[in-house]
Amino acid sequence: MEVKEKKVGLENEEYIINMGPQHPSTHGVLRLVVALKGEIVQRVEPHLGYIHRGIEKMCENLTYQQIIHLTDRMDYLSAHINNEAVCLTVEKALEIEVPERVKYIRTIMSELTRIQSHQLFWATFGMDLGGLTCFFYGLRDREKVLDIFEESCGGRMIVSYNTPGGLMNDIHPNFQNRVKEFLKYFRGVIHEYDDLLTGNVIFQERSKGMGVMTKEEAIAWGLTGPTGRASGFSCDIRKHYPYSAYDRVTFREILFDEGDVFHRYLARMEEMRESMNIIDQLIDNIPEGPYTAKMKPVIKLPEGEYFQSVETARGELGVYIVSDGNKNPFRVKFRSPNFVNLAPLNLMARGSKIADLVAIGGSLDLIIPDIDR
Amino acid sequence: MEFSIYDFSSFTAWIDQSLRASMSPGLALAIEMLIIGVVILIFYAIVGLFLVYAERKVCALMQNRLGPNRVGPGGMFQTIADLVKLLFVELVPIKNADKILFSLAPYIVIIASFMAMGALPFAKGLHAIDLNIGVFYLMAVSSMGVVGVLLAGWASNNKYSLIGAMRSGAQIVSYELSVGMSLVTIVVLAGTMQLSEIVQAQQYGWFIFRGHIPAVIAFIIYIVASTAETNRGPFDLAEAESELTAGFHTEYSGIRFAFFFLAEYINMFIVAAIATTVFFGGWMPFNVYGWEGFNKVMNLIPPFIWFLGKTGALIFLIMWFKWTFPRLRIDQLLTLEWKYFLPINIVNVLIMALIVLLGWHW
Repeated sequence: MEVKEKKVGLENEEYIINMGPQHPSTHGVLRLVVALKGEIVQRVEPHLGYIHRGIEKMCENLTYQQIIHLTDRMDYLSAHINNEAVCLTVEKALEIEVPERVKYIRTIMSELTRIQSHQLFWATFGMDLGGLTCFFYGLRDREKVLDIFEESCGGRMIVSYNTPGGLMNDIHPNFQNRVKEFLKYFRGVIHEYDDLLTGNVIFQERSKGMGVMTKEEAIAWGLTGPTGRASGFSCDIRKHYPYSAYDRVTFREILFDEGDVFHRYLARMEEMRESMNIIDQLIDNIPEGPYTAKMKPVIKLPEGEYFQSVETARGELGVYIVSDGNKNPFRVKFRSPNFVNLAPLNLMARGSKIADLVAIGGSLDLIIPDIDR
Repeated sequence: MEFSIYDFSSFTAWIDQSLRASMSPGLALAIEMLIIGVVILIFYAIVGLFLVYAERKVCALMQNRLGPNRVGPGGMFQTIADLVKLLFVELVPIKNADKILFSLAPYIVIIASFMAMGALPFAKGLHAIDLNIGVFYLMAVSSMGVVGVLLAGWASNNKYSLIGAMRSGAQIVSYELSVGMSLVTIVVLAGTMQLSEIVQAQQYGWFIFRGHIPAVIAFIIYIVASTAETNRGPFDLAEAESELTAGFHTEYSGIRFAFFFLAEYINMFIVAAIATTVFFGGWMPFNVYGWEGFNKVMNLIPPFIWFLGKTGALIFLIMWFKWTFPRLRIDQLLTLEWKYFLPINIVNVLIMALIVLLGWHW
């Protein structure tokens, strides 16, 4: 007969729990090994690789047009922006100037992508903190953006609308009206987001002063996007290295000094408003012209190394392509914002409660497929 | 026999007399107990099913949705369908779980809520047992549920469950104090713990109006604390699904899970019913002293409708909390209780005692 081993809990023994890979608040298949002492988090260790699909390696056997479709699957909430990053890199390598129309449409699409991504962030962040109603309000408005995508791109989430040199097809004739309608609608309801969550006392108590990253720490850890900007790190690629039509619009870079959960949340709320302003400036001025530059059917990049970064909804996405002159890239590397933003989780969450760990994790707005790639 | 929906005491007395006339007193008592047990059990099931349905509809209302609308008219039979499904779900055996405690826990939770149900005055004369320490009894039995929750968390052999149980232990024991103290405030005003007398004393003015500000404060604290005591949002830390998956009932399945689920809703009904009885006049109609015509119209509405209506309104309030507020953190929860509610409550009881002594209430 098997003798049961009797374990005696020691006073100082750490209580280790596995959060994930299937856990409601890890937003996918992230696995956090959390060492607890009572309710207090002693140590957090993220374990990755549960959704690793080898996208970078797969890119080496695909043509540049095909790579686009893989990038959708990295950060699926910024699908359009990921596409754009690869296209910009390829265009940079080929030294192609894309038509003005393409630049405008790409910028509008990117900002719509940013809005819907932040809407989903708001929805899930509210749910992480226990406010279940947020989820439905967030998704209600997000549907409207997805409908716009569906009309022009065919896809709703995984749009694959870009192609090296331009766009897959022209925008739907209804596009401008739909976008304007959406902006009008969303300006009318965005105050509901603040009414439901931002102003709530419990929410503010839960989020203020939690998981603080100072500006120095944010720079040292390479935090980008709203996460970095909430700490005061001015890192908006759209502002500092404008691409597409971002040099033609005026917008505010949202910066806060506090760097806590609440201000990361606030940064995203403000970014939605700024994104609407950007779209406002472009939507009526989309120039006429072709929707794609003349491209050869087989794209071969000249030998060399190319890099381009863009601002996704979560931070800086860098695309690094090494070409040996073939139709396939020799090596592709994505600098994904989520991977970098996840790194200081231990630093932020140490010493806080389990509930805070969930809030901090939520405020980083992690997309796990983007971490593993 | 005269039967009236305004006064059940003659009806129950008639049952008692006719039973005693035909058999020995001991047997009559046993049969009476059986009848009461069956009636309460049926009522319990109906309330449980209705509240689950109501929660879904209220939650849908808050969330811009329709809620269940396929099974039966307006989705009425959705909960019954779910219950049938739960009855047939396998009871998954848990490795290394303490089997006896594991299967005992749901019963403790459900028995605690069942016992509290017996002491509630639903209408005049519709009262299973009218204890002279009614308020005390309700507080005692309603706090028994925490034992079940703790056992469930401990016996599940699951780390999340244990954290959930630990949290709920700290939470329920703390908030029990506030619930007790706010009820004591009203007991001071009423001068009795017997629920029927508390209700009777509120004929011309419910205690929440008669007790000036202390009664209002006591009510607010009671409703918040009892929401916490029943483990409902924003105080649902013991089962915080975004942190602990499902907390103390993570490992439960089938009918055992249904017991926890049902007990949660019944507890909500019980706390709302206690609040109704103690603060809002129980089954008493809304009467104002001197307004004869108005009182007559109000008295036409049967007492149990008054009781269920008031309870329903309070339940709606509790549901409203859950679907609009984010969850508190454990330390904030305990701070709220020990640093704010308890001191306020103690002062509140003293003020109430002073008011009663000086005769300032009306």
